[in-house]
Amino acid sequence: MTRYQPILIALGIAALLVAPIGQGNYIIYTLCSWLLFSIAAMGLNLTLGYAGQVSLAQAGFMGIGAYITALMTLNGIHWSVAALISILSSFAVGLLLGYPALRVQHHFLAFVTLAFNTLLFLVLRNEEEITGGSFGLVGMERPTFFGISTDSNLAFYYFSLVCFLLAAAAMWWILRSPWGRAFKALRENPIRAESLGLKIRRQTLLAFAIGSAFGGLAGALQTPLVQFIEPSSFALIHSLKLLLMVVVGGSGFFFGPMLGAAVVILLPEMLRFTEGYYLIIYSALVIVLMVYSPNGLIGLGQKLAEKIKPRQEARRDLKQGVQL
Amino acid sequence: MAELIQILVSGLAAGSIYALAAVGFTLLWQASQTINFAQGEFVMLPAFFVLIGMTVLGLPMWTSILLALVLSLLILGVAFKRLIVEPMLPHGTLPLVIATIALGLLLKESVKEFYGATAQPFPAIFPQTVYNVAGASVSVQDICNLVVSMLAIGGLQLFLNRTRTGRCMQASAQNPAVAEILGVNVKRMVLYTFLINAALATIASVLISPIYLAKFSNGETLGLVAFIAAIVGGFNQIRGALVGGLLIGVIDNLSAVYISAQYRAAMPLLLLIAIILLRPQGLLGTPEGRTV
Amino acid sequence: MIRRLLSTAALVMALGVAPALAELKIGSIIELSGAGAAAGTNFRDGVKMGFEEINAQGGILKEQVSVLEYDSQTDPQVSRAMVQKAIDDGVYAITGTVFSSSTVVNMLVAKQYGIPQFTGSEAPSITAKGNPYIFRTAFGSQKGVPKMVKYMVDNMGVKKVGVAWANTEFGKGGHQAFVAEMEKAGIPIVIDVPAEQAQADFSADVLKLKNSDADAIFVYFTEEESARFLREARKQGIDKPLIGETTLIGHKVIELAGDAANGAMGHVGLTPDANIPALTEMVERFKTKYNYTPDHNAIKGYTAAWTLKYVTEMVGSPDSKAIAEKLHGLTLKASEYPGVLMDVSWDETGEMSRESFFVKVENGKQVVQAILPPN
Repeated sequence: MTRYQPILIALGIAALLVAPIGQGNYIIYTLCSWLLFSIAAMGLNLTLGYAGQVSLAQAGFMGIGAYITALMTLNGIHWSVAALISILSSFAVGLLLGYPALRVQHHFLAFVTLAFNTLLFLVLRNEEEITGGSFGLVGMERPTFFGISTDSNLAFYYFSLVCFLLAAAAMWWILRSPWGRAFKALRENPIRAESLGLKIRRQTLLAFAIGSAFGGLAGALQTPLVQFIEPSSFALIHSLKLLLMVVVGGSGFFFGPMLGAAVVILLPEMLRFTEGYYLIIYSALVIVLMVYSPNGLIGLGQKLAEKIKPRQEARRDLKQGVQL
Repeated sequence: MAELIQILVSGLAAGSIYALAAVGFTLLWQASQTINFAQGEFVMLPAFFVLIGMTVLGLPMWTSILLALVLSLLILGVAFKRLIVEPMLPHGTLPLVIATIALGLLLKESVKEFYGATAQPFPAIFPQTVYNVAGASVSVQDICNLVVSMLAIGGLQLFLNRTRTGRCMQASAQNPAVAEILGVNVKRMVLYTFLINAALATIASVLISPIYLAKFSNGETLGLVAFIAAIVGGFNQIRGALVGGLLIGVIDNLSAVYISAQYRAAMPLLLLIAIILLRPQGLLGTPEGRTV
Repeated sequence: MIRRLLSTAALVMALGVAPALAELKIGSIIELSGAGAAAGTNFRDGVKMGFEEINAQGGILKEQVSVLEYDSQTDPQVSRAMVQKAIDDGVYAITGTVFSSSTVVNMLVAKQYGIPQFTGSEAPSITAKGNPYIFRTAFGSQKGVPKMVKYMVDNMGVKKVGVAWANTEFGKGGHQAFVAEMEKAGIPIVIDVPAEQAQADFSADVLKLKNSDADAIFVYFTEEESARFLREARKQGIDKPLIGETTLIGHKVIELAGDAANGAMGHVGLTPDANIPALTEMVERFKTKYNYTPDHNAIKGYTAAWTLKYVTEMVGSPDSKAIAEKLHGLTLKASEYPGVLMDVSWDETGEMSRESFFVKVENGKQVVQAILPPN
């Protein structure tokens, strides 16, 4: 950790604390969804950016979390218990899905997760006795902690922020642990890492399962935020959206997913004045970004910083800062 | 019996179109490791070129189809390769996957904005006469779609195996470095692959739009089906994609009639998972040396 | 960073929609992208045309009205956020959304703030939840389907039926209402075939229906699927009557299905082909303005705009709560209030009733077979 980093992080948290003050409900709501999509994208970033596996089911894992939380809280169980079960279930499903898929061949996890996400959608839609089918589930209460209700949008924002910071701290810890450092070794030189005794498959599987568990947490937050869930909120297209967030932000960078989520959620909003054309402009921008900077926006930032400040010293500092 | 014949004929007719899209998919994969998430939109778009030719420019149908073919070759073939795939090849698969997802969105939204959000009727190329064959209704259109697709894929197979250019293309796909050393212009061969994909997409588009109607969102399901068909059949074999496409078409109809209409979309996916676990190279594919 | 992004976003948006000195703001939250774009665009244009005419005639309470548009992207969560945003922007009433899956969610927000909302959705659940701020612009399928079932039983003598429906939130609503009515009428459903959203290959569905012994088939899809279904039905030569709602026999379906639409029958709340002069004129104005033939959604949006004007002026101020109260139990006669096009009334739940029509497609035209009284 560099000298400036604690200060920067403290500033960032302070900015997050004041961000919703004085804003309308819509902005606060958007900030909440940014926080929860950041959590899901952070998880996907572990799978994608660190373990090098494409998962096309992150929205599906959010769905698992959201539905478990909804069904449990509707039956009077407290949110914290429901969220814990959501996280554990997503983790377990991740293991079950990843184990056979990773046994076969490197890029097959993408195909298996793609099939899984679509199958999950069909089950959520068709098994309506449990899931409410295409009508979805409504009426989930927002949780109360120690007598403090999160019913108001502002309270819910701070509640989401706490969850987000806990998730980010957990991710930070995972990546700093010897286990997490092994990933960097893996990503940079798989053959050498294996020769040093790293079990690539087991590592990758755990990364995928942990990444999926983050999806479960995001889903557990989505239920009380929206207070309505239905199957198509967790369809394949949303998994692609999450993938877009991670890569646009910069996969393999700690802050990449948060930046990516902000862009994917806010850019359409900022381009709204172009009326019908915003999705066209947005998708064109993504293509251009990918062509010029496959490392996403953070990669682009680094490139620009290199041009402006060509001094070696400064650059390495920056690189370490964002890249961990 | 009549029921089964009906299912088979309808399934094969639909499946032959999936096969066209799936074959293009595998071609791009082999030549440039491009997983084209915009493949569905590639099949959606040419129909609108035809419609523009007919309604805006007032051209006759066949001229419009020719125009659509030329535009597709230029946009979905040359421009796609030069502007998107080529600069991104050194970056690996992932950024390219994201770029094709974005490209799919771009094509879809552009058609919606500039042509219209609602489905458009599309002229039939073949007569819609229906014959009764052993109790099943078989339309000339279905049979023609099946025949044209088979001819296109068969012709492609012949081209790849029997002509010098075709063999050079295969060599470039299998081992670009060695092919280059042997004097094959690998870049040009890859370009040919993209052109062939664009042409196949145009054929698929013109065949399918009279039935599916031309709509900006048509690519969503079609792309996914082509993807599944390609993996099921074998990602590195043309005949694999062909079998995969036909199989998905028939299975879809069979499961809708005999298993469960609610879960009809699940059957191809379960097949996909089974294939990945039991025979990862696909039904007709050969094991791949590359790990990508 | 985020804060800056957000404030830029807010600024850009404020500039984008800055109304010209208008005091009355209406939020039009509508499906402009995604699966609902076709229906949403119609509804939006209807609303727009309605308020433009209102403004040209002096506005509401002599104030000009500005319509703020928000794209729900046919995503319930986005639609919810957009309703929130519209309310933050200070609208006093809301029009939209059309897709029921969106409306059931976003109407909760409008309810929380006490803003009257005119929805284009027809799912029964919307008015069944005791929300005092939701108002329909076309009656729900729980009212439409009984009218149609009555006609099928009394006039067509149907004894056994089959159902083909879209397995989405939209299709499910119609399916449930139909199954319930058939149970009441004591008519067995001999075959029940759900289809996927945006399904293209209907051969299996049609095959199953054809081989059943149903006397008639109820078809409940959105327009494009209806057209594909009708074509396949024609190909396989189904000789049973195909009966549906507006989405089976609407203009768009006839355009798309061509000859295959002939013979299809159905019940429609608002049809541009009904012989009602006010409606025909509105359709003509719409065609000149937007260059396409409006469907029932455009007419819904148009009447929503005028209804809001009439009710606001009855109340005497743009008081959201008072307007909602006034609307309950209100009847507007087209003779006095021409903008509603046909006589219409709302009950205590926000459900509405109006005359409707049973039509059959003949030679590519809707032909009214019977006028069904309001229920």
